[in-house]
Amino acid sequence: MATPEAIGETLPNGPAWAGILAAGVGCASLGLLIDMAEASKTVSNALNFYNPTGDLSGKTTLAVIVWLIAWALLHASWKNRRIQSPGKITLVTLILIVLALIAVFPPFFGLLAAG
Amino acid sequence: MDLSSRELWTALHGMVFGAAFLLAFTGGFMTLWALRSEWITDEGARRSVRRLIVWTWSMAALAWLTVILGTYVVYPWYRAKPPAGTGGAMLAQYPKYLLLSSPRTADWHEFGMEWKEHVAWLAPILATAVAFVVTRYRGQLAADAHVRRALLILYSLAFFTASVAGLLGALINKAAPMR
Repeated sequence: MATPEAIGETLPNGPAWAGILAAGVGCASLGLLIDMAEASKTVSNALNFYNPTGDLSGKTTLAVIVWLIAWALLHASWKNRRIQSPGKITLVTLILIVLALIAVFPPFFGLLAAG
Repeated sequence: MDLSSRELWTALHGMVFGAAFLLAFTGGFMTLWALRSEWITDEGARRSVRRLIVWTWSMAALAWLTVILGTYVVYPWYRAKPPAGTGGAMLAQYPKYLLLSSPRTADWHEFGMEWKEHVAWLAPILATAVAFVVTRYRGQLAADAHVRRALLILYSLAFFTASVAGLLGALINKAAPMR
């Protein structure tokens, strides 16, 4: 039987949960940016960082930046912590990802389309 | 047999990087699934973790390559606007407008491409999180069922989002091939 002690690793689990939760935040931020761009021409134009790709460039670039910032902040806060409620973090991460999946689904964001 | 530069880049995006990501999933998933302290020895855990690190980082790298190549190389060709008055066979050079030119094919863009171009970007975020945690926690994962379960969920969702994007990409390219 493999044990953490035998493998020589007993790191605090905070950074693992920081990475997992940050992934949920990154996905949700992409969904939010997509819906915002769909709802507002002004936002869509502002997110047009690279014309050949249109606002997809801004939506994805900003989502990646939000994800990395969220990850860095969570990592800094939890790097020495042993998380006692992993089930709650898993649930919150799952909710964020499900919201992202809904937000990126065309029939949903089509409802928000700017006229 | 003749492949244009656009067809070559599209094949690299979908059939090389994208397909390799999807094919690699099963091996990575099974290795992570079986990484349990009650099932394997210390030596077995160490070997599995080494394999898993290579596997998960390869998948993360493939996911990033696929979405970056798709977004910044292939997608601009797909959405390029034809000059005024372009119609008929000439529209074949402009896949988005070719699809939108007929009510029978418009949904391939309005539903298919709109979903594909966005959902695909969830895969590299999720795959990178998995690779990071696997690399940092190595054998400790074998004894932490909560983290392992969360990683399996993220890994499966990365596969799901990449599968949706890959399937839609293949179907869209069949309806309006990139030439």
